[in-house]
Amino acid sequence: MKIIVLVKQVPETSEVEIDPVRGTLKREGVLSKTNPYDLHALEAALRLKDEVGGEVTVLSMGPPQAEAVIREAYSMGADSGVLLSDRAFAGADTLATSFTLSRAIQKIGFDLVIAGMQSTDGDTAQVGPGVAELLDIPHVSYVREIQKATPEALTVTCDHGDYFLTIEVRIPCLLTVSRDLNQPRLPSYRKKKLTKDKPVQVWGRKDLTSDDSSEEYFGLDGSPTRVERIFAPERKRVREIWEGTPGDLAGRLYHFLKEARGK
Amino acid sequence: MGIEKRNVASTYCELHCVHGTWGTRETSGAGAVAHIQLEGFSHLSEEDIRELERICGPEDVLCSGPLLEDYSHDEMLRVRGVPEAVVFPETTGEVSSILRYASARKIAVTPRGSGTGLCGGAVPVFGGIVLCTTKMNKIIEIDRENLTATVEPGVLLLTLHETVEKLGFLYAPDPGEKTATIGGNINTNAGGMRAIKYGVTRDNVRGLEVVLPSGEILELGGKHAKNSTGYSLMNAFIGSEGTLGVVTRAVLKLLPLPRRTLSLLVPFDSLGEAIRAVPKVLSTGILPQSIEFAERNVIFAAERYLGKKFPHTGAPSYLLIRVDGNSVGEVTSMMEAIGDACLEAGAIDVLIADTQERQKAIWDARGAFLAAIKSGNQVDECDVVVPRDRIAELVEYTKIVSERTGVRIESFGHAGDGNLHIYVIRDSIPDDEWEKRLEKAMDLLYEKGEELGGLVSGEHGIGYAKRKYMLKNLSPGEIAIMRKMKAIFDPQGILNPGKVV
Repeated sequence: MKIIVLVKQVPETSEVEIDPVRGTLKREGVLSKTNPYDLHALEAALRLKDEVGGEVTVLSMGPPQAEAVIREAYSMGADSGVLLSDRAFAGADTLATSFTLSRAIQKIGFDLVIAGMQSTDGDTAQVGPGVAELLDIPHVSYVREIQKATPEALTVTCDHGDYFLTIEVRIPCLLTVSRDLNQPRLPSYRKKKLTKDKPVQVWGRKDLTSDDSSEEYFGLDGSPTRVERIFAPERKRVREIWEGTPGDLAGRLYHFLKEARGK
Repeated sequence: MGIEKRNVASTYCELHCVHGTWGTRETSGAGAVAHIQLEGFSHLSEEDIRELERICGPEDVLCSGPLLEDYSHDEMLRVRGVPEAVVFPETTGEVSSILRYASARKIAVTPRGSGTGLCGGAVPVFGGIVLCTTKMNKIIEIDRENLTATVEPGVLLLTLHETVEKLGFLYAPDPGEKTATIGGNINTNAGGMRAIKYGVTRDNVRGLEVVLPSGEILELGGKHAKNSTGYSLMNAFIGSEGTLGVVTRAVLKLLPLPRRTLSLLVPFDSLGEAIRAVPKVLSTGILPQSIEFAERNVIFAAERYLGKKFPHTGAPSYLLIRVDGNSVGEVTSMMEAIGDACLEAGAIDVLIADTQERQKAIWDARGAFLAAIKSGNQVDECDVVVPRDRIAELVEYTKIVSERTGVRIESFGHAGDGNLHIYVIRDSIPDDEWEKRLEKAMDLLYEKGEELGGLVSGEHGIGYAKRKYMLKNLSPGEIAIMRKMKAIFDPQGILNPGKVV
C-alpha cells in the first residue's frame, strides 16, 4: 500500500504572541515542532505498512526549515519525503494549501492519504477534507480507530462528538485522525543517524505544473480567504451558583434565559 | 472517646503481630545504648482536648468521627495507629504551645504532613496527638536576589514547583509524590528523580525554624549560601522524621530554571545490560538530571493504571534519561553523546523525547509506577541504596528472592544514584503465608543490600517499618549516639515515639 502522510511544522508552544500592528503571528524566534496530530497520522501509516506492507511518504509544505519535520519522520521510520517549498506557495489559505498538496499527491501516486485532524496553530481541520475533494476520493475525518485494512478497503471508526461511526471506505481514500487513534512512537536516534544523508525532495511550483497560468491557484493568489485581524479570544466566563428548591431554581432559570434571549 | 481508645489498644496488638515485639528493640549490643522511654504516655482527657481547642481553635482540632481513620495510616497502609486527636496548627506559636502542653502532660505527639510516607513515619503508633501541618501552607517569600524560597511546612511539593517555575526558578528535589508536603520531604530527606544532578532535599535546604518538644523555637541556618558556623543542628533535623522537633518554616535553595529539557527512552534486552550502561553514560562527562530504570511489567501496570499507552513496550528493560540545558543545541549535543554511549553499551535503540508531549508520555508513566503497582494489591517496599556500581547485582538478586520465597517482586528506581525501589507484591497469597513470605523476602533483600555495602533507606526513611533493619544495618556506636541526640532534643520521648531509633 502506498501511503502519503501530510505533516505540518507548527510553533512549539501554543502561546504564540500576536503582532498587534500587522495582525500576524510572531513566528521569529519561536521554535517549531511537528504538528502533534500529524504524529498520530504517521504512526497509523507506519503500523499499516507493518500490517499490509507498502511504503510511507511524508509530504509537507512550508519554508525550507520545514525540512526538519521530514527528517524527524525519517527517524520514526518514513521511507521518503517531499517538501513543497516555493515563494509562490506563500500566504496560502486552506484552499490553496489543499490545492498544492493535492497536486503533489497526484504526482507521487498513492493508495491512501492520512493527515492529522487539524493543526495546533490554525485549528481549521479543513485541509485534509479539502485535499480529498480536490483528488475526488472519499475521506473520513476524526478517525479514532482503524479496525481492518485490506488492499481494497479500510474499516474505521470516527468520532463525531456525540457518537462514533464505523465506516468501510474504499481505497483510494483519505483519513484525518484524532489523538485517540494511537500513541505515536518516538524518533529513533539510531534511525536519525542512519538517515542523516537521506535526501528530502524539495518541489516548487514548476514541479507541480507546467502551466504558467496556474499561478492563480497557488499561494496568496489562490487564496480567497483574507485574514483581517488575528487576536486572542477574550476569555470571559461568568460563574454564578444558585441555591434553592428545584421549583424556585427552575423559575429563576426560566426568567434568566428569557431575559438573556431578549438582549 | 472510649471507642477510639479501644482502637488504639487493638492497634498495638496488630503491630506486634506484624512487626515482632518491642522486646527486640534494645538488643543492638553496646551496654551504653541509651534506653528510650516508650511507656507511660497519657491518654487525652476531655480537659486536654479543651486545651488543644483553646490553643488552635475548635475548628482545628479533630477528635472523633470517621475522618480520624485517615490519620491512622500512611500510604503503605501496613502500619496503623489511631490518633486520639488530630490538631491543625496555623502558626509556629500554636505548634509551640501544643508541644509545651503535650510535654507537661506527657502526651505522645506525631507530626504529619499529607501522609504520603511509606514506612509508617507519620502514624501515631502510641495514639496521642497527630500534629498535622497541612494548614501551615503559605509560601512566605520568593527571594529573587538570594535565590531562596521561604515556606511553611504544609506547602505541597507540586504547589512549590509550579509557583517557582512560573517565576523562572527551579526547586530541584523531585520525588515522585507531588502531593507530599515540604515538611514531609525535609523530615525524610526525600530524594527523587533529579538527585543525581541536584542532590537530595538536604542539599537544597538553607535554613529551618524548628520547635522542640519543650516549646522552644530554634532558628537554624538562613538565607546563607555557605555556613561553617558551628555544628549544623539544622542538618540533624533534616531526615529526623519528626523525632527531634517540628519544622515550622524552611528556607529552600532555588536555581535558575533550565530552559530546555530532553528525555531519552532507552530500551535494552536485559535489565543487567540497562543498569551496566549507567556508568558508561556518566563517563561521557554529562550529568543528566535523571537516570531511572524500569522493566516492562511495571510499564504495563502504569499503562493499565493511567489508561494511556507508553511510546514503546517492545523491550524487557528501559533506562529513562533526562538532560537539561539552556538551548536546543545544548540538550541535543548532550543527547547525542549519551545516545552514542548507550548504543555502545548494547542498547537496542535510543528513543528521543524532545517535545513536551513526548516527555509527558514518558514521565507521566514513571510518576505512576508506584500507584500502579499498589493499585488493587497489597505491597511492601524496600528502599535500599547501594553504591552505584552494585545496583545491577541487587536488581538481579530480586529475581532470586522472588523465586525462593514465591512472591512477585517488581522494582524500579533511580539507576543513577543506586537507590532501588523494590516492591514485594501480595497478589492472592493467603494472610499467614503472606506475612511469612514477605518477612523472608525482606530479610533476604536487606541482607543482600548490606552485603553490597548498602544502607536501609535511600529516601523514604526508617519510620516504624524499617527500624528493625536499621538497627541491624548501623553500628551499635552510631545507634547509641543517635539515641543520645534524641534524648537531648526530646528528653521525655514524646515526639513521634517508636520511630527511627
